[in-house]
Parts: sequence; structure tokens; C-alpha cells
Amino acid sequence: MNELIFFINKVIISGAVLGSIYALGAIGITLIFGILRFAHFAHGDMMTMGAFITFLLASAATALGLGAPLPMGFMLLPFAMIITALIALGLDKAFYAPLRLRGARPVTLLIASIGVTLMIQGLIRLFFGTKTRTFFANEPKDIFRIDMSFLGASRPIVITEPQFLMIIVTIIAVVSLHLFLTKSKFGKAMRAMADNADLAQLSGINTKLVIKVTWLIAGSLAAMAGTMLALDVTLKPDLAFNIILPIFAAAIVGGLGHAWGAIAGGFLVAFAETLAIFNWAILLRPFRDKLPDWIGTDLSIVATEYKLTVAFIILVIVLLVKPTGIFKGASS
Amino acid sequence: MLIEVKNIIAGYGGAPILKGLNLAIEQSDIGVIVGPNGAGKSTALKAIFGLLKVSSGEIIFQGQNIKNSLPDKLVPLGLSFVPQEKNVFTSLTVHENLEMGAFIRKDDFSDSLDEIYEMFPPLKAKRHQHAGELSGGQRQMVAMGRALMSKPKLLLLDEPSAGLSPRYVIEIFEQIKKINQLGVGILMVEQNAKQALSFASKGFVLANGTNSFSGTGKELLNNPEVAKSFLGG
Amino acid sequence: MIKRAIILYLSLFVLIIIVGLFMGAPFTVRLCVEAAAYSLIALGLNIQWGYGGLFNFGIMGFIMIGGFAVTFISVPLNMEFWNSDGPFMLLKVIIAALIGAALIIIANKLPRFGVKGAPHKVAQIIAWISAYILYRSQIDPAAAYIEENSEFVGGLGLPVILGWAFGGLLAAIIAFIIGKIALGLRTDYLAIATIGISEIIRALIKNMDWLTRGTLTISPVPWPVPKPQDFQAMGVDSLQSFLYARSLYLIVALLLLFITLFLIQRAYQGPWGRMMRAIRDNHIAAGSMGKDVKARQLEIFIFGSVLIGIGGAILTSFAQIFDPGGYQPINHTFVIWVMVIVGGAGNNFGALFGGFFIYIIWILSEPVSQALLTNLSAYFELWGLGAIPDIESRSVQMRVFVLGLVITFALRYAPKGLIPEIIHKQKGDSSGKG
Repeated sequence: MNELIFFINKVIISGAVLGSIYALGAIGITLIFGILRFAHFAHGDMMTMGAFITFLLASAATALGLGAPLPMGFMLLPFAMIITALIALGLDKAFYAPLRLRGARPVTLLIASIGVTLMIQGLIRLFFGTKTRTFFANEPKDIFRIDMSFLGASRPIVITEPQFLMIIVTIIAVVSLHLFLTKSKFGKAMRAMADNADLAQLSGINTKLVIKVTWLIAGSLAAMAGTMLALDVTLKPDLAFNIILPIFAAAIVGGLGHAWGAIAGGFLVAFAETLAIFNWAILLRPFRDKLPDWIGTDLSIVATEYKLTVAFIILVIVLLVKPTGIFKGASS
Repeated sequence: MLIEVKNIIAGYGGAPILKGLNLAIEQSDIGVIVGPNGAGKSTALKAIFGLLKVSSGEIIFQGQNIKNSLPDKLVPLGLSFVPQEKNVFTSLTVHENLEMGAFIRKDDFSDSLDEIYEMFPPLKAKRHQHAGELSGGQRQMVAMGRALMSKPKLLLLDEPSAGLSPRYVIEIFEQIKKINQLGVGILMVEQNAKQALSFASKGFVLANGTNSFSGTGKELLNNPEVAKSFLGG
Repeated sequence: MIKRAIILYLSLFVLIIIVGLFMGAPFTVRLCVEAAAYSLIALGLNIQWGYGGLFNFGIMGFIMIGGFAVTFISVPLNMEFWNSDGPFMLLKVIIAALIGAALIIIANKLPRFGVKGAPHKVAQIIAWISAYILYRSQIDPAAAYIEENSEFVGGLGLPVILGWAFGGLLAAIIAFIIGKIALGLRTDYLAIATIGISEIIRALIKNMDWLTRGTLTISPVPWPVPKPQDFQAMGVDSLQSFLYARSLYLIVALLLLFITLFLIQRAYQGPWGRMMRAIRDNHIAAGSMGKDVKARQLEIFIFGSVLIGIGGAILTSFAQIFDPGGYQPINHTFVIWVMVIVGGAGNNFGALFGGFFIYIIWILSEPVSQALLTNLSAYFELWGLGAIPDIESRSVQMRVFVLGLVITFALRYAPKGLIPEIIHKQKGDSSGKG
């Protein structure tokens, strides 16, 4: 039984947490692709930026002596989301919109987003240095232990408070996004524009406004994903740059331009990763005595250092077998 | 006059495709543009709708010069355009497609929705299906319905009968007549020239970027020269 | 246009002289050697992007491959390894890998024997999984054994130049594999795919301690010319010895750079270059004209990667240390892109200029921003705001910001670069790169 608990802790919970973060990041990428038709490379750094903004707010609040029932990072997340969304809007106005007006090709915008990536990274390091920080310097990171002794297990299921909260927050975000996209006028206009931008323009849809709304949503979700990642592990300047590959993989697997696909893709990539680095020998432990020696004690599919390859291999398989993604994307 | 196009020259950057086009229709009219392939029929509609640059001439819509105005300005004025291809949002439901047509409207448009469903009964049954799953004829209905949702005074249709089976062609033409009777001016481009001219109140024969003949539909049909050169005898 | 290029190159020369006056000759020669290597890499990217329109965001991976290759070839033999069971175990790994490859090939060829559809797919998947298990069953104990008994496999003790060539060869092999998989993809997918591959190459080289010593680094990596220490042994004083040795190295690097430039310039003027431009500017038309677009693109991708690999090898032997932890996408992928975009994609002289110019700016921006921040810090203290902490590490980061700013400004105000591509007759369409 303990082995199963271990599996739940290492695969199910970690996968759900990682999946939430990938999904929120991938939604932003997929929305931007759907509306603006370019791969927004700076998205990872928008996530990092959001995390640092939350951190700044949280530090300020702590310095003012404010206490909170929940981790400070979660309490101040809405404000950080608003600030990041506005910055995203500003980035578009300053760097992408002029290129768009000139009629530049998507590739040019992609390269411009690399420039934006470097600027954000440079600024973050300039102001915060390269050191690793934590949100939990002044407050405890609560850990919930769910006793499983009634099932005959001696180990509990372990989930930290931020992990628990971030799964809840992701569910709220995804449901609200779903309602926005299917019920509101602007949500539908966004889907219409992702589907057929020319026809959207012909119908009199205010495409400029739709672009703005897209940046606001993508920016705020990026702040959310980045903050959650920083709350789960630690805060550092290359926080999200390191996971830009799995996030893009998630968006592409789900079909670029397809918001629900991005969510599914995020969880798919996350669970594939946690399953691949899980040491399956642990599940065999109860039968250890009956098994031959050659099976060994390390049966993980890939070593933890190569976690990145999992996302990549999924990406390559999808691109080769079904380039439009598992769900039909706007790129088709 | 609802719309007057005076001597416009337009093209895609290179040599102009429209070399002095003139046409004018009333809100009660069904205007049909016919002519050989490559004469610039579709280009004429796109030029009116601001989709390509008009280098000279005038386009007057209800007394306003709308030359080179963009769609987001034209739709509120009362123009609507149904392109020939890719004219529905395939991943949106029929209902959502219609709603997108009413994007610019601030008022309650549920009446208009009911009217459209009444006009195109098959759409009502399929209103929660994705438009991409519909047949060609039903897509054309969705496209026209979407364009009507903005309550236009003038509807521009680019080959509404293209790719439809003969049965559907008749049906679509019937709908167009009905729409016109409800007080929407129609300006359309058609390949099925004879059929379209038979119910057109104004016809324009376009060749080499200018209109070589204009008149009522009947006149053009009965004009031996038009019949010989453009209507296949 | 030619006048502009000459002026730019002259100002570059003046810039180098000024740097020499301020920073001293040995530093400047070092700067030039590294700039020459980076220019070679920039030429490689220019071939891929400027000629072929192919996106490569995985430059770092190819630079690392070049660095590893020259290290492996030129570092002395590790007798501890050769006297242990290690070689035998590695032989077994190779055999296992070959059997695995054979399994996969057989599975791929099954349709010829009438196995099609779902059974074929299942067979393919089983083949891949068995091959992987087979390989892992041999490599894991071999790696553990080598790391325990002899640290790593060591090098081959062969001449450095051979190592540079091997860097190019290894890069070509990897480029072939990547190209086969990824070149058919759309541009943005290709960008993601190449960045993924370079991250995987980095993860592999960093963690295959038995082969590369991983983060423990390998040094000293030999030089193709006498090192400063050799000159010192001959009685030359320390400062002079650095100048002599580095100058010799610079001559070798520049020679290689100019020969390469001459060759690709000639190829580009010829029918090969015309075909490449045709393919880049009009994919579909070139394809319908019966030109094998995919094969040509693969060719160009490999060719560019070879130059990148050689450049990476030159850098590693010059640094005398192979440190897998020292490779960063910013320093080894994006900076190259800036070189090509600012210099002028599609023009070799532009890429060459960009390579030297951006590298010098990149290196000098650190002391310059340090001086700036120090001054600013003094003012801050004067105004009672307190000094700026960690000026040194901050000024290193400043240049990352500057690099980003340069990219976005270049795209906006000089999208064709400082020395733009010379457009030959073709329909006046220069939209090859937006």
C-alpha cells in the first residue's frame, strides 16, 4: 500500500501540479498564436516576470506587516496578474504592433519575441540578481498529510498548501476561461478571429480590441503560472525559460490556437514526464523476493536529468504523426 | 441612390484590375455583375468593401464617400459582405456565427436571430452544430445569415451559387429575392449569368476592368451582343 | 552599397585599434580570436537562415558538439580507462545499439513483407522499446563502471586540427538526423524543435560523465599552435608570451575563416547559390520546377552546421577547457542571431561584420556598463540613496538587456541589416527575411 501512496505523491500530485503550470502557460501561447499567428517565445519570461512582480508585492506586504490566512503569494496574485497583463499590452504596443503594421512575416515577430525575452531576462537579473529566492522566507509552507492508515498504509499522502491551492486556482481559471470563450461576446470574437481572421474583420469585429484582450488574458495567465511555479519550487531568473519547451510542446500537442487542446496538452506532457522519471521498481517492491536479480533497483524510463527529452519526444511524435495537434488546431 | 461607384481604378499594387468601373443601385434593387473570368468581378466587390486600395474614383454610399474605408467602419454604416470562400467560422456553432455578424450591434438582436432562423429553417435545427460540419448549401445560408445580422442596407454577395447543386442554386436565389423584398439592396457577382439576370433589376457586364454594358436584367438578356459575347449565345 | 561596407569594415578596424589601446594587446588578440570563431559560426547560421531560410535555434547544441569533439580527439589518452574493462563494456554497448538499430530498421521495412497497418505500427513501437531497453541494459553498468574506475574515457591524443575537423563531421551527422526529422516542419515548429534538440544535447553532454566528465570539466585542452607556456619555457616574458601565442592562434583562425568565406562566396555566386535563393524565396515554384527542395535544404542545413561545429571546436580549444555547464542559449544561440540580423542576413560580408562587431560590443558592454553603474552608484550615494550592490554581476546582465534591445531595434529600423543582401535581378522581391 505504501508503494501506491508513493506513486500518488510522486506521479499524480506532481503531475497535476506541473500540468496546471504547463496548461496555464500553454493557453497563453496558443491564444497568441491563434490571434496573431506567431510563436510567442517570450512567454516563459512573461511568466518569470509575473512571478517576480508577485514576489515584489508580497515582500512589500510583509514589510508593511500585513498577515494573510493563505500564502501571501496567492493573496496578491490578482494584483500581479493585472500588472503583468498591462505590461504584456505595453510589450505588444512597443515591439510587436509596429512590426505587424508593417506587415512583417510571423517569423520576424518570432525573432522579435526573442529580443523581448532577452530584455526581460536582462532586466530581471539587473534588478534582482541571479540568486534563488523563496516566497516562504517569512511564512511557513504548510504541508497537508492525508492519513491513509485505514487502507493499511503507514505513509500519508503529502501535498503542500501551495500545491493544493494552485490546483484549485487552475480549475477556477480554466472554468472562467471556458465561460469567457463560450459565453461572452469578446470570447466568441476571439475564437472567431482565431478561426478566420479575414472573416472576423469583414464582420466588423474590432480586431484591434480582440488583440488587446488576448494579450491581457495571456499576460495574466502567465503571471499566474509563473507565480505558482515559483511558489512550488523557488524563484529564480531562469525560472520559466527552462520550461518553455514543455509548454510549447503542450500547446502544439493540443493544436496551436486551441485553448482546450492546450490544457489537455499541458496535463498530457506533465503526466508523461512524471511517469517517465518515476522509478517503477518501487511498485515492484512488495514482490521483491520473487523477482529475478537482473531487474535491478532503478526502473525509471529516463533519468531525472533527461526529463526534458520526454516533452521533446512527445512533440516530435505529434509533429510527425499529426502536425495539427491531437485536437484540430487553428493552424490547420 | 443607395450606392454609386464612379469611375474607380483599383488593383493589388501592380497593374490595376479595375480600370474605371461605374455602377449605381437603389435599396430596392438587385444588382448583378456578370462577365468573363478575370474581368475583375470579385475585385469590384472587394474594392467597395475596402479590401484593396482604390487609387482613383469615388464610392458614395448614402451620400458619404466611403472610398478606402475599412470594414469596421463600413459594417456600422450598413454594408455587409459575403465572400465566396471561407465565409463561415468553421469551429464556431451556427448560432455563434450569427452572433458574430451582430458584433457591432449594441441593441438586443434576438429578433434578428429569429428572423434568420425563419428565413433559413434548416439552420434552426442545426444551430448548435459547428458550421464546419454543414453542407455547402447550408454553409452559404450561415454566411448570408451572418451578413444579415448587422442589419445591412446593402448586401454584397460574391458568387453565392458557387459550388452548389442546381437545386440549392434555385433555393439560394429565392432567398436572395426574399431578402431584397425585406428592403436590403443586393449587389452580387454571378457565374450563373442567365439565371441571375432573369431576376436582376440592374445588370452590369464587366470586361477588362470596365463595365461594357449596363441595364436592367431583362435588357441585358435580350441584348444580342451581350448574349453573344458573354452569355454563351 | 559596397562603399558602405568598406566604411563599416574600416570603422570596425578602428574600433579594434581603440580597444587595443585601452585594454592592451593580449586582451585584444584574445577578443579577435573569439570574434573570428563567432564569425565562423555566424557564417554557418547565415548559410542556413540567410541562404536557405531555415530556422535554427539550436546553435548552442552544435557549438557544444564541436567543443566536445575537439576535446575528445585532442586530449591525451586515459590509460586507466584503456587498461580496465571499460573498452570491452563500451564495445558491448555499441553492439547492443547496433542490434537495436537493426530491430528498428527491420520493423520499418515490415510493409515489404506484407505486414501493414496496425500490426506494423505495433511492431515499430515494440522495436523502439526493445532497442531502448537493450541499450540501457548495457550503457548503465558501463557508465557506472567507467566513472568508478577511471573517471572518464579520456581523449585520443590526436592533433587539434583533426579535432576541429571531427567537430564539423559530428555536427554534420547530428544535423543530418535533425534535418531528416524536422526540416519539413513549419518555421515556428522548426524553431521549437531545434531549441529542444540543443537543450537535449546539452543535457546529454552535461550528464554523460563517463564520456565528458560533465560538470567536472576537462582541461587542459591542447592548442594547434604553441601555448604561452611554451614561449615562456623559451625565455619570453609572460606578457609577450601571451601575445605571441594568441597571435599565432589568431592567424590560424583567420586563415580558416577567410578560406571558408572565399569558398562559400564562390558557391553562392554560382548556380548552386541561385538555386538556393530560388528555393528560399519561392518554395513552391522551385518545387514545381523539379528541384528537390527537401534534399537541397538538408544539404544547406548540414553545411551550415559544419561551420558552427568547427567554430565551437575553435572556441573550446582556445579556452583550453571544456565546461558543459558554461553553455547558455543567450551566449551561444541568440547572440549569433543578433550577429546575423544586425550584420545582414543573406550577405556573408554582413554576417562576418556582424560576428566581429557584435562580439566586441558584447564583451565590452560588460566593463562599460560596470563603469556606468559604478558612476551611477556614486551619484546614488551622493543623493543619499545608498550604493548599488553587486555591481559586477549586474553589469554582466545589463548586456543581455542591451542584446534584446538591439534585436528589436534592428528588426524595426533596419530589418535587412547593416550590409544587406544584394538582390540579383529576381522579380524585385526581397521579402526573403522580413
